[in-house]
Amino acid sequence: MMSEATMALEQTAKQAISPRLAKNVSRNIKERIIEFILMLAALSAVATTLSIVAILLYESLSFFKTVSLVDFFTDTQWTPLFEDAHYGILPLVSGTLTTSAVALAVAIPIGTISAIYLSEFASHKTREIVKPLLELLVGVPTIVFGYFALLFLTPILQKIFPELPGFNMLSAGIVMGIMIVPYIASLAEDAMRAVPMSMREGSYAMGATRFQTATRVVTPAAISGIVAAYILGISRAVGETMVVAVAAGQQPIVSFNPMESAATITAYIVQVALGDLPHGSIGYQSIFAAGLVLMAITLCFNILGHMIRKKYREHY
Amino acid sequence: MTSDVTQKPAQASVLKNLDAVRAMIKRHKFNDYIFSAIGLLTLMLVLLTLLILFSDLVMDGYERFNLSFLSEYPSRRAANAGLLSAWVGSALVMLVTFLVAVPMGVAAGLYLEEYAPKNWFSDLIEINVTNLAGVPSIVYGLLALGLFVYILDLGQSILTAGLTLGLLILPIVIVSTRESIRAIPIAIREAAYAVGATKWQVCYDHVIKYSYGGILTGVIIGMARALGETAPIITIGALTFIAFLPPSPVTEVAPFINFEWLSSGFTVLPIQMFNWLSRPDHAFHINAAATGALIIIVTLLMNGTAIYLRYKIRKNIKW
Repeated sequence: MMSEATMALEQTAKQAISPRLAKNVSRNIKERIIEFILMLAALSAVATTLSIVAILLYESLSFFKTVSLVDFFTDTQWTPLFEDAHYGILPLVSGTLTTSAVALAVAIPIGTISAIYLSEFASHKTREIVKPLLELLVGVPTIVFGYFALLFLTPILQKIFPELPGFNMLSAGIVMGIMIVPYIASLAEDAMRAVPMSMREGSYAMGATRFQTATRVVTPAAISGIVAAYILGISRAVGETMVVAVAAGQQPIVSFNPMESAATITAYIVQVALGDLPHGSIGYQSIFAAGLVLMAITLCFNILGHMIRKKYREHY
Repeated sequence: MTSDVTQKPAQASVLKNLDAVRAMIKRHKFNDYIFSAIGLLTLMLVLLTLLILFSDLVMDGYERFNLSFLSEYPSRRAANAGLLSAWVGSALVMLVTFLVAVPMGVAAGLYLEEYAPKNWFSDLIEINVTNLAGVPSIVYGLLALGLFVYILDLGQSILTAGLTLGLLILPIVIVSTRESIRAIPIAIREAAYAVGATKWQVCYDHVIKYSYGGILTGVIIGMARALGETAPIITIGALTFIAFLPPSPVTEVAPFINFEWLSSGFTVLPIQMFNWLSRPDHAFHINAAATGALIIIVTLLMNGTAIYLRYKIRKNIKW
């Protein structure tokens, strides 16, 4: 809100500077219009979020008219496309959690070691070479990783474990882990690099070695950022689609054994989308219910990750 | 130091302790070497994976590397199948994606950095952008299926796919726009205001033009991501067997362009790869490998260009 006084002041100021400019109404109107258009563009982000939530809720609501929430969360069978339809989300959730757990078992150690090495040990030159390469790895399309899991890693794993089925959560999980290593490594490294030099110097002055400084000074100081990197990595793994759709199988069973083949939430959505389900059928609605669960899980992890990063970041 | 040893016994014991400390540090330094080796090995392992991945694709698919692979339609016989409809589809979808994401993303980034008042409103938008970047891509597919395909009745068309991928890479474009705008010193803006420029003139003639390189980097990375995205396009129900091309965007009679291609059915490279990959016949896996090699070469080139560009910009610009 502009007060009378400022408006008057603005008026005199305009006249004082240049009479031609002050009279230029179109200039001011044009500015307003442009600002409005830019604001609309920025609001598109809010609109996208709102429409995602609205669509997921809207289609899920019709799904939950047929299926009770109790069945949805307690039934251990997920067979919406069969004659004897069961709608328990647990098998899909267990598949998602198992593949994600395998992925994290791979990504957390490798990611953490890479981050510590890059931040505390590597020379400037090594870092300059390796960081862009890691970024390249982030850019590799996930379908290519799916190929890798199905046709490269699974045959190798089958030589070690002969009873491993062609579609299995182990291979998909490992490849997914490799996929999120660069992501975890670069977030964790950022957190470590944010620890001020004086803390390292203090530690060196006491006679600590690089390794001691890295593990007992830098890592504890950056722990919130490192944990946030892990959590954002989990959210990545949970939402990952193509690797599991290609390599983990389509069978929804409750199993936490990575040596088995099982469907994840994302793989189920892909499976249904590939078929030709009529709009409005229960099968069609079921992918939105599954999507809602997926969205809820990843959103929780994302918010948690950002909160930890923001709230517990130590200010130096 | 050796001359000091003869002076006092107390000092001698200190020095003895010092030696013990030195020995301890030396022992601990051994851990440094071990960890250095482990760290380097781990990194090499990760990078080696990229190399193995790439060479595996090339070795599996090399027999299909020829021009006819790019000029043939998909076929029931693996050896005759080609990528024509897939790469044309990818190109057209990317065109729509570009036209959606770039103007919107740059405008949004510009608004957030230069225009938005610092209050709950801009916080809200900012939180939204951060969250959108973390939404799994398949959820964008569900959004597109519900909103674009059925409510707006755009069908399973190139337009739907382009809009979906445009929304998907919007956060990438917004974030990179904001970062490069933020790097421009305030003095540049003040100088422009001082000679009577309006806010838009400042933004258009100076801010956008100087942050051009950084924005381009983000756009290239986003487009590379869009090229490789499979899940959202499968979710909107794109057909996987397309043996025709969309109507040409350019016609021979006036008005020389048409928009029928926007509503045409389509397939894209990663979907074609997925389709071949999910067949049991090994001959099709070879096609999938060749497609994968093509996708990975294009995306690596795009990402490599973007990373190089960013490196150049960081090195060259000194305000």
